[in-house]
Amino acid sequence: MNLKNINLRDKGAALWESWDRPRRTIFVIALIGLVILMPFAGNFSFTSILDTPIASYQDVLVYPIGMFVLMALGLNIVVGKSGLLDLGYVAFFAIGAYTQAILGTKTHLNAWEILPIGMGLAMLSGVLLGLPTLRLRGDYLAIVTLGFGEIVRIVTLNISITGGTNGIARIPGPPEIAGLKFDIMHPVNYFWLVFGMILLVIWMIRRLSVRRPGRAWEAIRQDEDVAMLMGVATLRYKIWSFSIGAAVGGAAGVIYAAKVLVIAPQMFTFNVSVLILSCIVFGGMGNMWGVVFGGVILAYIPERIRFITNARQLVFGLVLVVIMNLRPDGLLPRKKREKIKAKRAVDNV
Amino acid sequence: MNFSVLTSQFWSLCLSGISLGLIYVLISLGYTMVYGVLRLINFANSEIFMVGTFATVWVETGLTGHTSGSSPIHGFQLIYTLLFALVVAMLSSGITALAVEFFAYRRLRAKGTNRLASLISAIGMSIVLSESARILTHSRPQANPRLLEKSSLGHFAGANFRVDTVLVVVSALLMFIALDRFVNKSRLGKAIRAVSMSEENAKLMGINLNRVISVTFLIGGLMTGAASFFFMTVYETTKFNVGFNLGLAAFTAAVLGGIGNLRGAFFGGISLGLLETMSAAVLGSQWKSVTVFVVLVLVLLVRPNGIFGEAIQQTRV
Repeated sequence: MNLKNINLRDKGAALWESWDRPRRTIFVIALIGLVILMPFAGNFSFTSILDTPIASYQDVLVYPIGMFVLMALGLNIVVGKSGLLDLGYVAFFAIGAYTQAILGTKTHLNAWEILPIGMGLAMLSGVLLGLPTLRLRGDYLAIVTLGFGEIVRIVTLNISITGGTNGIARIPGPPEIAGLKFDIMHPVNYFWLVFGMILLVIWMIRRLSVRRPGRAWEAIRQDEDVAMLMGVATLRYKIWSFSIGAAVGGAAGVIYAAKVLVIAPQMFTFNVSVLILSCIVFGGMGNMWGVVFGGVILAYIPERIRFITNARQLVFGLVLVVIMNLRPDGLLPRKKREKIKAKRAVDNV
Repeated sequence: MNFSVLTSQFWSLCLSGISLGLIYVLISLGYTMVYGVLRLINFANSEIFMVGTFATVWVETGLTGHTSGSSPIHGFQLIYTLLFALVVAMLSSGITALAVEFFAYRRLRAKGTNRLASLISAIGMSIVLSESARILTHSRPQANPRLLEKSSLGHFAGANFRVDTVLVVVSALLMFIALDRFVNKSRLGKAIRAVSMSEENAKLMGINLNRVISVTFLIGGLMTGAASFFFMTVYETTKFNVGFNLGLAAFTAAVLGGIGNLRGAFFGGISLGLLETMSAAVLGSQWKSVTVFVVLVLVLLVRPNGIFGEAIQQTRV
């Protein structure tokens, strides 16, 4: 089988480009409706194959799938859009989760009120980390962010307010909103919540991409020196990209802590950063649909193959090696989409 | 906080810091050599190290029949057992490094794709290696028999010069010097340096790129394997995930000294070893990696290319 010749992504992009506005709107609304109904897809007998060995299909949709997609989209702003290699994304996730855990257990704030605080703290730490380190290039940035992720984990292990190795238990879940209960019995509501957040992030990225920050990020990614010479305030836009990505990670962390009710430092290891980065590269860096696709696949496969418990991670590693060798730009790379746009621009002239 | 330790045990901390630092130096060569040639992080180097530690345990228990604990042997048998373990550890790490290059890097390099793709495939290789080790050992730590009696050679300025520490320091130094000579003087070393300066021009000069890159991985792997033997001699236990922390520290050492630079890796490794030992003594061992990263960030603020990033530009690999 020759994987090189599967050209679904080009066809899809060409189709999309050929549609007019109302058709696109109808398609998007239909797609959103489909995803909203997704949790019920496991209810029929012939779809019980979707269930994974230990978690129910609906739980898996929230975590890992929804969470991974959300975080992958956030990290994609940093890695895919601006070309900054961040190997410590888990730090922002952890900061969000611990904000929810500490404030939720120690104060009377509920998860909806903590959400902006968690995002703000993650953003702040993104700025504080970014200010000194974003002057560094490439792999130096990678190792510093990796170190930051480890530092956050080590700090949560060793100070008392985070509960050390035991972590924090009995984190309150989010209170009821518009008749939707958020507890263990209602994973569907969590799925809709996470899906809403994903939609918000996608909308934000799409708006930012066609405005000044998006153009600045694109310029920085392609050639930072040229961007700087052209008058792009590179450091400022890099910090923006870093802190927006961090805010998304923080938001994911708050919701995650409210969903799982117990968190501990061993949930926030380097492996999480690697997994999220893998989602991006696997799906297709910079291309939002690729990232979503990669997140869904890489979150679902390890859950689905839990029956081979022991060799699960081994298979995961093999999949990474094989797919990267066959399709180095990911499953749905951005290049082709850009080519089609460029071609249309030429045709229109 | 216990600063009095710094004055009372200064020399003994220095000694253990240097012996740890030299292990870091040898591992960081696996990162820095590959980075010099390919401009890519050799992410699987921590697992290359892990393979070496398992090879050491396997040889030393296999040859002597002792499984763990103190079981010293003497004389000729000791020397050939240790030498054999060293050689096997180096070879198995070297071969693993070649395999990593072949499976994770070669195809992608031929396609000339983005750097992140190679990074992810290397991460994939490292997951495969560590998971295989985990399954084979049932996640159990593996202990090395203590073949070399850890007797003291003498005390100097309050520092206890133990046999194993001295052995590590002396042989690691010799290895580093040999490698430095090799890279700077030999024909193949010149080819490695040429590729690291400009791949295109090196190719035009008739250098076989694939061969040079394989050799670079092999040498990095051999050095990492030697490090794993020394690590097992001093610290005596290993686990499937042993490489993570050590690999991270070694990579930090390479960055600290200026990645891609051999002598930079040397100074980076030694200073990192000293820094870790001292900060563990003063602040408690749980904070040592935090100190290391804070220092790294501070150094990179002042010198964005590492301490020797530009100063010894000429001698970079």
